[in-house]
Amino acid sequence: MNEILLKNAIALDGSIIDVLIMESSVAQVGVGLETSGEIIDCGGLRLLPGFVDLHTHLREPGKENTETVLSGSQAAARGGFTAVSAMANTYPVADSAGVVEQVWRLGKSAGLCDVYPIGAVSAGLEGEKLAEIGAMAESAARVRVFSDDGKCVSDPLLMRRALEYVKSFGGVIAQHAQEPRLTIGAQMNEGSVASELGLAGWPAVAEESIVARDILIANAVQSRLHICHLSTRGSVEIVRWAKAQGMAVTAEVTPHHLLLTDESARTYDPIYKVNPPLRSMEDVLALRAALADGTIDIVATDHAPHSDEDKECEWASAAFGMVGLESALGIVVTTMIESGLMDWQRLAEVMSYAPAKIGGYEGQGEMLAVGAQANFVLVDPQSEWLVDREALLSRSRNTPFPGMKLTGEVIHTIYRGKVVLRNRKVLSYE
Amino acid sequence: MKNLLSINDLSHDEAISILDTAAELQKLTAGTVKKLPTLRGRTVANLFFEDSTRTRLSFEAAAKRLSADVINFSAKGSSVSKGESLKDTAQTLEAMGVDLFVLRHPASGAATSLAESGWVHAHIINAGDGTHEHPTQALLDSFTIRKHHGIGRNDFSGVKVAIVGDIAHSRVARSNVLLLKKLGADVTVIAPPTLIPHGIESWGVQHSYDFDEDLASFDVVMMLRVQLERMNDAYFPNGREYARGYGLDESRLHRLKKSAIVMHPGPMNRGLEISSASADSAQSVILEQVANGVIVRMAVLYRSLGGPDIASAGGL
Repeated sequence: MNEILLKNAIALDGSIIDVLIMESSVAQVGVGLETSGEIIDCGGLRLLPGFVDLHTHLREPGKENTETVLSGSQAAARGGFTAVSAMANTYPVADSAGVVEQVWRLGKSAGLCDVYPIGAVSAGLEGEKLAEIGAMAESAARVRVFSDDGKCVSDPLLMRRALEYVKSFGGVIAQHAQEPRLTIGAQMNEGSVASELGLAGWPAVAEESIVARDILIANAVQSRLHICHLSTRGSVEIVRWAKAQGMAVTAEVTPHHLLLTDESARTYDPIYKVNPPLRSMEDVLALRAALADGTIDIVATDHAPHSDEDKECEWASAAFGMVGLESALGIVVTTMIESGLMDWQRLAEVMSYAPAKIGGYEGQGEMLAVGAQANFVLVDPQSEWLVDREALLSRSRNTPFPGMKLTGEVIHTIYRGKVVLRNRKVLSYE
Repeated sequence: MKNLLSINDLSHDEAISILDTAAELQKLTAGTVKKLPTLRGRTVANLFFEDSTRTRLSFEAAAKRLSADVINFSAKGSSVSKGESLKDTAQTLEAMGVDLFVLRHPASGAATSLAESGWVHAHIINAGDGTHEHPTQALLDSFTIRKHHGIGRNDFSGVKVAIVGDIAHSRVARSNVLLLKKLGADVTVIAPPTLIPHGIESWGVQHSYDFDEDLASFDVVMMLRVQLERMNDAYFPNGREYARGYGLDESRLHRLKKSAIVMHPGPMNRGLEISSASADSAQSVILEQVANGVIVRMAVLYRSLGGPDIASAGGL
């Protein structure tokens, strides 16, 4: 029988505890526990629930040169994630039961974290007619989250229908809020930096107008809306208003939008090109405050691997997106915990409990208790480390943080009772 | 000065020094022998990913008058999208022995990307990158202004310049704003609100939606080319309405100071942003700009490829 004892870990409330894991679940929580099985010394390490990422791009099927479900799972384990969601913009698009089951099975066989496929809202991400949402929900993958991410479901009627349709099985629509007509050719945040660089602006209102519209539509049809990668101060204000009215909306923020601003575009290095774009410092501060006060529910990475070819070119030709699984915790600790804006309890909430709840991911984001699934991450809260571009486990190298010093490092990750990251090393299959 | 990517690369003194070098070159080439042996054996490649016959010819003439060898590469948008990447093209030409690239590219920042990426070692002159900058145009414009309004002066304080037209999409406007501010001129950009970029406040210039308001106060009126395609994107209703509000027609020409000069980077849309009467008037210096373009580009090529400061060396 698989038995692991986590010894002397720091619990969320700051107390020192032992956790005994048997098979895939928690058998005992207490002090002075003993085992005949493996003991992991967790002195000085914080015990957190395994992180849950509601927004990644694992690129399989179709772009296996940039990421696979396996390499993405390795990156996830390194980042402390025990569940990741794979967006639908693959080739072919995940708009049918066949494709989502393929992704789901690839996740199972990688075995390093739960991989939940996200289904497309519209067939082929074309924004014209609904994808086979019901078939995906009933498939082995049991899809509950649907999104055309990368593209906005800009047709308000299609958005309304999708929101209504998923009510039958408790699904949620995750919207990439970007009014396409206001962002034709858009390259970066609209503002003074864009005006100086001569890059076409992506205005805040292109996001905010969709956020406002969809909150109203979701409320009108009494369905659940999740807003992907909130990036502006105005969006924060709209979501805050909606929550004050008791509307069923949730929102995410990415680590990079908590840290970087549009000033980085001055290099014209497309490593900083991302959608939605990096915004102003004013927006960054508003996002941090909103994550701390609960207006924003979760952190999601929008991990978006791209090949060197797609980034080694002039800005306008480069792909949008950056990888983020392996640096997420460090960015959140550095921007939110070190700054005193948020405590570890809140970090567990935004990186595990809340995203698991939004996605309906069973056995993920559970409170520490006997019988719960053993999904844990052990973090050295004091460790300062440098992001090493070459050491990334993701197949792609497009991190905007190379050489950056971050605080808070993932040391061990335990996925359903299995140590998938041990002392910073991912379990390997040979 | 190895590269010239943006006016921001130049200090005030460096900018003045380029203008001085150009003035020396103008004297040296004023006679019957227009060619100098300075860059003999060096190869300049005009790398043009966007059509621009005028700018290419101007750089070609400049390089040839300095005895450099010139090779030309041109690709339109279509062949670029077929995989003719900036990186591969530049590396291929460099392998043929290019010492300096003159780069024109439809993407803003392309010259910076080429220079900062380490793809090539050759020197790089930005000959226009998207809607970002066109630094040699600004230098030739300041050279022209200096001849008319700032003779012998190293600063342009008191010189009032209006830049009129599609500011939002103009690389000529961006480079001119940066350089004219550096030299101390008083700059106003004038356009309908749709063609004033968001974030103009950070430019440190005045902006106005009314061309007529201060018309009589300007020493320089720089008209920008307006692309008619902008109409389709609803930047303005049509050419007639644009010309009424922002064109330099005969009536506005007569209200200018007599000493004011009229500039245009070309090619002109006669009857749209500028009337023939204005373009061909005694106050127009548009053809002089073209002539000065060759001289200023000679100065830039000369400085980039490591020649001594002609002005301080007292000639060649």
